[in-house]
Amino acid sequence: MSAENIELMKQMDLKEKLISSFLAFENQVDVDVDSKVHDVRSKAFSNFEQQGFPTKRDEEWKYTNLSSLLKSNYNIFSKGEASLTYKDVKQYFINETDCYNLVFIDGKFNAFLSNTTHDGLDVCVMSAALTKPKYEEAINTYFNKLAKENNSLSDLNTAFSAEGAYVNIPKNTVVPKPIQILNFSTGSEQEILIQPRNLVIVGENAHVQIIERHQSLTGNNTLTNAVTEIFVNKRGIVDFYKMQNDVETASLIDGTFVSQQKDSVASVHTFSFGGKLTRNNLEFYQNGEHCVSHMNGISILDGKQHVDNHTLVQHKAPNCESHEMYKGIYDEKSTGVFNGKVIVEQAAQKINAYQQNNNIIVGDKASVNSKPQLEIFADDVKCSHGCTIGQLDESALFYMQQRGIPKKEAKALLMYAFSNDALKDVKIPELKTRINAIIAEKLDVNIGFDL
Amino acid sequence: MKYTEDDLKKELETQEYEYGFYTELESDTFPKGLNEAIVRAISKKKNEPEWMTEWRLDAFRIWEQMEEPEWANVQYEKPDFQAISYYSAPKKADPNKSLDDVDPELLEMYKKLGISVDEQKKLQGVAVDIVVDSVSVATTFKKTLAEKGIIFMPISEAIQEHPELVKKYMGTVVPKTDNFYAALNSAVFTDGSFCYIPKGVKCPMELSTYFRINEGGTGQFERTLLIADESSYVSYLEGCTAPARDENQLHAAVVELIALDDAEIKYSTVQNWFPGDKNGTGGVFNFVTKRGICETNAKISWTQVETGSAVTWKYPSCILKGNNSVGEFYSIAVTNNFQQADTGTKMIHLGKNTKSTIISKGISAGKSQNSYRGLVQINSRAENARNFSQCDSLLMGDQCGAHTFPYIEAKNTTAQIEHEATTSKIGEDQLFYCNQRGIDTEKAIALIVNGFSKDVLNKLPMEFAVEAQKLLEISLEGSVG
Repeated sequence: MSAENIELMKQMDLKEKLISSFLAFENQVDVDVDSKVHDVRSKAFSNFEQQGFPTKRDEEWKYTNLSSLLKSNYNIFSKGEASLTYKDVKQYFINETDCYNLVFIDGKFNAFLSNTTHDGLDVCVMSAALTKPKYEEAINTYFNKLAKENNSLSDLNTAFSAEGAYVNIPKNTVVPKPIQILNFSTGSEQEILIQPRNLVIVGENAHVQIIERHQSLTGNNTLTNAVTEIFVNKRGIVDFYKMQNDVETASLIDGTFVSQQKDSVASVHTFSFGGKLTRNNLEFYQNGEHCVSHMNGISILDGKQHVDNHTLVQHKAPNCESHEMYKGIYDEKSTGVFNGKVIVEQAAQKINAYQQNNNIIVGDKASVNSKPQLEIFADDVKCSHGCTIGQLDESALFYMQQRGIPKKEAKALLMYAFSNDALKDVKIPELKTRINAIIAEKLDVNIGFDL
Repeated sequence: MKYTEDDLKKELETQEYEYGFYTELESDTFPKGLNEAIVRAISKKKNEPEWMTEWRLDAFRIWEQMEEPEWANVQYEKPDFQAISYYSAPKKADPNKSLDDVDPELLEMYKKLGISVDEQKKLQGVAVDIVVDSVSVATTFKKTLAEKGIIFMPISEAIQEHPELVKKYMGTVVPKTDNFYAALNSAVFTDGSFCYIPKGVKCPMELSTYFRINEGGTGQFERTLLIADESSYVSYLEGCTAPARDENQLHAAVVELIALDDAEIKYSTVQNWFPGDKNGTGGVFNFVTKRGICETNAKISWTQVETGSAVTWKYPSCILKGNNSVGEFYSIAVTNNFQQADTGTKMIHLGKNTKSTIISKGISAGKSQNSYRGLVQINSRAENARNFSQCDSLLMGDQCGAHTFPYIEAKNTTAQIEHEATTSKIGEDQLFYCNQRGIDTEKAIALIVNGFSKDVLNKLPMEFAVEAQKLLEISLEGSVG
């Protein structure tokens, strides 16, 4: 048997395990077999059954190998027994500012730590939204409309979708405080696979800020396969911040899909500092004129960390813009992957699409794979991408050392300045401070970056 | 009356492929189909030694196991490999005779092509090897070159006369197992050019090969092997045409370049295969594998102007094996009507202080699709590797597409890579500026396109640059809708 076949066999194990537990799962979540949600799940499940996990032979997964992750013996059903006190997890909250909090522990909602609302807007949980008749209309309109037929991993998430954040902002509402979504995995179960499913609906003229974080509290391997669908209606504004600073046994596969209507503005910021393997699939679909999409990302990695950012912007309507900026600093044996795809359909004339990917390799064994991709079918467009891989400017370092700044601090300052471009759009000051602190820690210096 | 863009567009659509003539030549064509017997027959026809026959058969067996690649961003009906004749030779021409003995009809054909052999010989001092339907029919200037020790001859002769060189180098850069079309070519190639520049020799003239597919229902499979020994220099030109036919013809060539220490090779191509008519029928499928290897301090420079072919699938590449070696790639790919091009390059940096430059200009008009696909790979031992890539696309008309698929892989901290790409159309302000100064739209477009392609055109040898510029005009003007 070839090495590849053996690999395949091992993957089969997790796949088979998932297949055999699907029935049990459906019983457990107690879903009405006549409901549309059941149909969606079953269809997604059969898609996953057919396709299985992606391998390196798939073009989209050329640089990211999942096979080592799939070897672990994951517990698919969390018992949800673990309890955490606020003290245990306090450090992961952005405390400085008042927030709506949605806390999930091992995939189960924890009401004690959370702070939900139904007053004028819905900040609650998917388990309620998927089962209660009150939400049926919204679920039928929005649930799995973006993630469908996308890839086998989002299908897998759909098939096992039970819990996550449900955020519905009615029209003309400006949400006064940010919404925090925190997913914890505890050490009470051995190795765990959790699949959170979030749905965000932003009504006309509404505005919302969301912070999402996945955090493992254990040394056991954890794998998170998350899917978030975001719908932004006319003139809606959404800011989504992804904090990825997990422990080195935690891996994350994240799919975030954004659908935009006329005149809407959507921004997704991805900050990857931690975790063993992180794969971000970020997709924007611009369905109306004058949409603006922002994608910013900072990755600062060391050890054997692997971060893969796959982005897609599909321009379907004219007069839209997309701005994309990903910065990466790679130390030790870390690997960075960037694949940015911009598709401009024929109808989408007068598009401005900018894409930038800058990387610095610091470690001897670090590597970067970058694939900025443009597919353009309309002629009256301005599209460009730039990609660089390089080192810190020696003369700038020398200049600072000459003026009494130690080399380490000088390097850190340069790296901070390098990544700062992607930070300037962060609109929550407390979050910015937090990220600056993480960057300082990551670069191993004790300076405040209030440039 | 005012000459409008629409007039120009109409004029262009009706403009015929000027090389689309077919010369009635009595030719010796094999029955259609491919099997071991055909491979043996080709080898026998060429009177090849046993090792060559075995090499071909080995390649054929590998090919049988392979699948046709589908990853390229092109759509076409796959050729039926059993419906192609794998050997077609103009009967009267005998490659061993001098130019004077060449079939007058053939010479007439070259005159039509505008590459009159006599003329070239006298005026431009270019040594030409002409390949019609896979067989080399005329090699000029052989004697002058021989004085310098330069070997320039059809590869079939080289197999007979210099087997040690062919045996040593053939398949070292593009192995038989490399890809589907390279394997096919290895099994059935019938001719091509062979060139060897000895140590320290600077080739005094441009070497040139002209390819032409003449016979219908045949495929052209030529193989070029170019070896530049230590400290030598050569500039090599390649041109291609084919008659206009409403069926698709297959061209699957392999080009191998070997630049030994301190050598420099400049390889230029003007590809003008029949692109199919304005409805997208007919045209040549151009599936070519071109690759060069650079030893220490060596340099390989690829320049290509792609205006023809219904489907192009071509990635001239450089393996920068030696320290301080340099790879360059300059390309203009123009597509119009229903043409599809998926072209680009690969720069594999293995040695220290290696440098590569990629300048790719894509121009798409009509309903065509133009893709750039490139790979820049810096291996872990390639200290101080440097790459600069620039791919620009110009779109004319709202029915065409331009795509870029650059792959960048860096495994060394000292690597410096820059990549930039832009896609836009001809600016209305630029056109307006020209119009304002009394330059009509047609001229203005030609001017802008020329400026857009200048970086690449400048890299072409003189006589080619003129031809290329003319080709650009034919392929493009008035495509603005």
